[in-house]
Amino acid sequence: MTESLELDSRIEQPDDFYEELIRLHDGLTEEQSRDVNTRLILILSNHIGDKNVLSEAFHLARKGV
Amino acid sequence: MLRTYQYPEFPYSRSPDQDATLPVHHPVLIVGGGMVGLTMALDLRLKGIPAIVLEQGETVSDGSRSICQAKRTLEIWDRQGAATPMIGKGITWNIGRVRNRDQVLYSFDLLPEEGHKIPAFVNLQQYWVEEYLIDRLTQVGGEIRWQNKVTGITPAKDSVTIEVDTPEGPYALTCDYLIAADGARSQMRRELDLPFKGQVFNDKFLITDIEMKADFPSERWFWFDPEFNPGQSALLHRQADNVWRLDFQVGADADNEEEMKHENVIPRVKAMLGEQTPFELEWISVYTFQCRRLEQFRHGRVFFIGDAAHQVSPFGARGGNGGVQDADNLGWKLDLVLQGKAPDSLLDSYDEERIFASDENILNSTRSTDFLTPKTPVSRSFRDAVLSLAEECVFARPLVNSGRLSMPATLHNSTLNTLDEETFEGLMMPGAPAADAPIRFDGRAGWLLDHLGAGFKGLIFGAQGSVPARLDADGLSIDILTVGETGLQDVKGWITNRYDGQPGTFYLFRPDQHVVGRWRQFDEEKVLSALRRAVGKV
Ligand SMILES: Cc1cc2nc3c(=O)[nH]c(=O)nc-3n(C[C@H](O)[C@H](O)[C@H](O)COP(=O)(O)OP(=O)(O)OC[C@H]3O[C@@H](n4cnc5c(N)ncnc54)[C@H](O)[C@@H]3O)c2cc1C
Repeated sequence: MTESLELDSRIEQPDDFYEELIRLHDGLTEEQSRDVNTRLILILSNHIGDKNVLSEAFHLARKGV
Repeated sequence: MLRTYQYPEFPYSRSPDQDATLPVHHPVLIVGGGMVGLTMALDLRLKGIPAIVLEQGETVSDGSRSICQAKRTLEIWDRQGAATPMIGKGITWNIGRVRNRDQVLYSFDLLPEEGHKIPAFVNLQQYWVEEYLIDRLTQVGGEIRWQNKVTGITPAKDSVTIEVDTPEGPYALTCDYLIAADGARSQMRRELDLPFKGQVFNDKFLITDIEMKADFPSERWFWFDPEFNPGQSALLHRQADNVWRLDFQVGADADNEEEMKHENVIPRVKAMLGEQTPFELEWISVYTFQCRRLEQFRHGRVFFIGDAAHQVSPFGARGGNGGVQDADNLGWKLDLVLQGKAPDSLLDSYDEERIFASDENILNSTRSTDFLTPKTPVSRSFRDAVLSLAEECVFARPLVNSGRLSMPATLHNSTLNTLDEETFEGLMMPGAPAADAPIRFDGRAGWLLDHLGAGFKGLIFGAQGSVPARLDADGLSIDILTVGETGLQDVKGWITNRYDGQPGTFYLFRPDQHVVGRWRQFDEEKVLSALRRAVGKV
């Protein structure tokens, strides 16, 4: 059985999360920020693990750009 | 001059204090008669303390400024007998709608549950609010000295001396306690040379109030990147008298003079509302903002309240609302200390509690500001990604931040609280501002908050033979109310629900209606010890 991509809100304190995400980039150049984001995607992808979920997420992300 | 509002003129009149040879002494003086100073004066006056307001001006707020009056603020004014005309005059609302470009991303309801006397928000121009507060203060015998500008302050160990300038020359006064409510540019703060720390933002916003007869709903409409203000945000909000607040982000490089010219404002408004919508310009202003505060709000016998103590960005309507809650927090403490019923240390808790609340307001308004005006390319990129996902994906919507609108602080960890020994459900933990609920009492419909009033109160769930109607200790008293057939009838079951009021549960409230402590059964020893703690005796 494979899971499907979760689109409901799962983060309990959204404002705390968002602030930490933005803070993560404090003092970085644009290039460094891009590197951090890239590493983050790899780290989170591994945490998710499920290839179907990841494919769905890839598709959704690409669609909006 | 406004089209819809006539500024009242309050004449200067000479006080006998100006003819005294030595400075006349008063228990409490308040510098500044803005919305916060007036609330403070009203609170003290109703408690029997003749606090005098010294106000440099001769009328009310210049421009509509604070328009969103929040529920807790209105509850405080209601207790003071000032809210009825405000609610009657103002626009009641609780729905906000957020758009990105032309898409409605989502809407939110600020008061999703029924059973509260006061609505989530009432929009009313600050000049009206102040006029009603002045009416009420005058009615109860309060004193405002117009065109009295405080120019100097000398704090001493036992009193504070101030210098006051008037059209007929200067005079001096002394007081036990001085309350500085002299606004964002507080002269008292500068006289005492107190650092004011935090973040200053560069982005500029153009505000215009317009008069128009439109059938837009009474909702808060917020746009990210609308066609009529590309790359920037905008806000539309209704006020009393068919006046509407329009707020356009104009960027850090905007030229204030240029932006404020009618020939530049009118096309903006037309682009927003459509060529066909008739309107008249009422008020125009360009503002920037700060999120910062004093390190301490108490300096010996001098207390800072409102914008003099802290400033926030307007997104979230936390400036005026936060200030009114400062006044509510300080009033009962000064009263008890002046009466000798509480030690001076109780006044330190004003500092502790309102700094905590102020930090919450600053945090929320800083976050909104950062979302609205991202400071770095990566921050903008995340912001835009959230917006682009929000229409389709539920998860992105709570991340959209167009302002987290003013909520009263729950004073977690206040030294005045008595911690729970048992478990309770819901939000009414020690430090929380009391939630309202409908009741019946003596055959008539009413509200819980009206019964909590302005003193220490106990609330016992279920008729309890062993619980007295009143407790007295050290000159303080607690009136005890019963929830049940013989007292406050919980007609909808909402008191029981909101307070997790299992039979036998007892709550103790402070005069500002925050929860002191609660127990699953009444124990006089514990309640009295909580009372002592709540007045700073522990
Ligand atoms: C555009 C804008 C929109 C806003 N919207 C909201 C909102 O929707 N909701 C909200 O809650 N807040 C809002 N605010 C913030 C709100 O206006 C302020 O937080 C509020 O006015 C603070 O009240 P105050 O009484 O502390 O100060 P003020 O209202 O500034 O009053 C200070 C008073 O002190 C007097 N004074 C100053 N110095 C002296 C002196 N030396 N001697 C004697 N008198 C003196 C002044 O004349 C003035 O009357 C907004 C502000 C702006 C600018």
